[in-house]
Amino acid sequence: MTDKKARLLQGNHACTLGALAAGVRFYAGYPITPSTEIAEIMSEELPKLGGKFIQMEDEIASMACILGASLTGKKVLTASSGPGISLKQENIGFAAMTEIPCVIVNVQRLGPSTGGPTSPAQGDIMQARWGTHGDHPIIALCPSSVKECFDLTVTAVNFTEKYRVPVYLMLDEIVGHMREKVVLPNPEELELVERKKPTCAPHEYKPYATDESLIPEMADFGTGYKWHVTGLFHDETGFPSNSSQVAERLMSRLMNKIEKYKDEICMWEEIQTDDAELLLVAYGCTARSAQEAIKLLRAEGIKIGLFKPKTIWPFPELPLEKLAQQAKHVIVPEMNLGQLYYEIDRICKDKAQVSGLFKANGELITPGEIIAKVKEVLS
Amino acid sequence: MEKIQFRLSGTGGQGLITAGIILGEAAVLDNKEVIQTQSYGPEARGGASKAEVIISNDEIFYPKVSVPDFLLTMSQEAAKKYGQEIKEGGIILVDSSMVSNFENPQAKIIEIPITKLAREEIGKNFVANIIALGAIVGITKIVTFESLKEAVLNRIPTGSEEINIKALELGLQWGSM
Amino acid sequence: MIPELEKFFRVNKLPHIWCPGCGNGIITRCLVEAISQLDIDYDKTIVISGIGCSSRAPGYMNFDTLHTTHGRALAFATGVKLANPELTVFVITGDGDATAIGGNHFIHAARRNIDLNVILYNNNIYGMTGGQGSPLTPTGHFSTTTPYGSVDRNFDITKLAIAAGATYVARGTAFHDKLLTDCIKKGVENKGFSLIEAITMCPISYGRKNNFATPANMLEWQKNNAINVKAAQKLPPEKIAGKFLIGELHNEPYAEYTAEYDKLIAKYQEGAK
Repeated sequence: MTDKKARLLQGNHACTLGALAAGVRFYAGYPITPSTEIAEIMSEELPKLGGKFIQMEDEIASMACILGASLTGKKVLTASSGPGISLKQENIGFAAMTEIPCVIVNVQRLGPSTGGPTSPAQGDIMQARWGTHGDHPIIALCPSSVKECFDLTVTAVNFTEKYRVPVYLMLDEIVGHMREKVVLPNPEELELVERKKPTCAPHEYKPYATDESLIPEMADFGTGYKWHVTGLFHDETGFPSNSSQVAERLMSRLMNKIEKYKDEICMWEEIQTDDAELLLVAYGCTARSAQEAIKLLRAEGIKIGLFKPKTIWPFPELPLEKLAQQAKHVIVPEMNLGQLYYEIDRICKDKAQVSGLFKANGELITPGEIIAKVKEVLS
Repeated sequence: MEKIQFRLSGTGGQGLITAGIILGEAAVLDNKEVIQTQSYGPEARGGASKAEVIISNDEIFYPKVSVPDFLLTMSQEAAKKYGQEIKEGGIILVDSSMVSNFENPQAKIIEIPITKLAREEIGKNFVANIIALGAIVGITKIVTFESLKEAVLNRIPTGSEEINIKALELGLQWGSM
Repeated sequence: MIPELEKFFRVNKLPHIWCPGCGNGIITRCLVEAISQLDIDYDKTIVISGIGCSSRAPGYMNFDTLHTTHGRALAFATGVKLANPELTVFVITGDGDATAIGGNHFIHAARRNIDLNVILYNNNIYGMTGGQGSPLTPTGHFSTTTPYGSVDRNFDITKLAIAAGATYVARGTAFHDKLLTDCIKKGVENKGFSLIEAITMCPISYGRKNNFATPANMLEWQKNNAINVKAAQKLPPEKIAGKFLIGELHNEPYAEYTAEYDKLIAKYQEGAK
């Protein structure tokens, strides 16, 4: 075992190290602040591992390109930010529909439009859920530290390979750009997931037939299975169909993949919640401000805790519901004008009073602002 | 140790972000908790730019400097922009060869002609950031000099070790006065 | 169907969705004929398309096939080919798909000279959506969105491909099917970006609006207006004016993208000398 040393590491850098450790060997991207470091580091590291990096002509092409590569059996990832993520939506929908594994890193910046390229934000929470047209399954993970950037990238790659659902990794400018002391695990400590491949003979292969796992086996292009991939509604054979029954069956299986594995997919942390009468729900960089505020408020004797979802889609509903039962108040600070707030309000409203603390000006929510909100709620 | 917040400010190109990273890496070598952030984009290339480092024995949550305990200011514009934001009784290190007429009654002001020293004593303008680091550690003892030296050597291009160590020692000497 | 070509089709997916008189079937037959004459591994042959009439062709073809989003076939194909350069990759695209919504991907795939074999089915119209004008609808011609005749200037897509860096560029037609098959074969033999423009006909959406009474009239038009590039060299300019060239228009080898990337890996991969 190699010596594990503490190092100062940037969030975006940790994300690339997580991707490489998880087995990502293909990256396509386009330069955009504040995610560019991920592309730069990938361009340097992938060839050393026999992997491929390509800078595509635009964001749309980057998303398409990784899906093509994924079809040959490679683990793939792309990274971007607001304007780029908007452009990728078309092919994120294609990935959801055709069940091609892929990870999309979104280092969130202030939007809409060009907005604030170097300003942090959490404004893409609903875009992650509903950015592409039509109902579709999606998983979104949200790190709040450099260490979590590494860990959750590994998880994102594992999730997309296992469930064949596009996985977003939602960083923000703060988490992506800050450097923090971290100790990373050795590669051999990581549990990696490989996608399920067919074992049947090519002529028996039905690319979208599933057992109770709901997850079909995926043959690599070029291995003789000669299957068809289309973004049209398709049956078990993969070929398009105009039948409403076929559409309904496919749609329900796609959505049920998330429902069925929700317990495995949902990750969260409960911090000082045991006796909490007041609960903060915060994610990403805002969770850090929340923790600082809790430290200061606890010193004043206020019983306050933090529910920090690491998975934001699907949202870890049941554990939050449980905590809300003991809390009188739930406060949701987020760097947008209320996005995850509505999901949390839906879950908690019959149990506790839910209020939001919103900020969308490119500045972090400070511990002081959270403290002020807490005191306002308590008065 | 309470958490100590550093803001290193100046102009793009003075190597302040590198200085921030080196200070952070030295703190890691000393087994302290540390977070480093910086200004990005055009701001980092011209105008007033800054790098921030928070060092603590305990876990650091909020990643940005709220009010710095220590401010380094290496340009007139940065002095104007950041010079009045300092904790009561904090320390401001002023590059007196770059900033003139600086006042802040709240803080202890230490003036060192950093850029001039780089040019005249070392013969290279670009080591001004390293002299500043030496001075910061001389003044605050925030990290051990051994760790700082190691962190500098890890970051600089090979072949430039000698002048960088010379610069670091010069800064330490001025800072310890 | 020609019995020896049957194995290249998913026969149970036929008949195809194309209209009576459509030229797409002829072009697709030329493509599989070319494949049958080439020494390539059919298990490692991938056919990728975008959206539109022609882009439905891969669904009928017995290979690994990928029916992507509108205009994006080349971007997907770039990922497939770069991730596994052993594969022979065909891209089937239409005039709207490749030159309008996919125009950016088209020039950049050509610029990289990545080894993709692009068969552009040019029917001068958006057929799948019912006959709107495309960047290859000739100026003055009629469509449902150019009811007074198109004001837009049309591309010569072969010239665009050459300018963008394609190393093999050729044109054939549904009428000149043997020539087309030959061009496709040569395109595959070229290690780099190959564009074969295949002039096809859409009698329903394009022909009816532009004075072609029958599909046969459209084939006749192809016959009468195409001049083989070799023959053209001996003709005076007035004999060529208003006509179009067919055959091999450009063949200039250049370093191929995935091979160059593999060289880079060989140089920098850990453990490499």
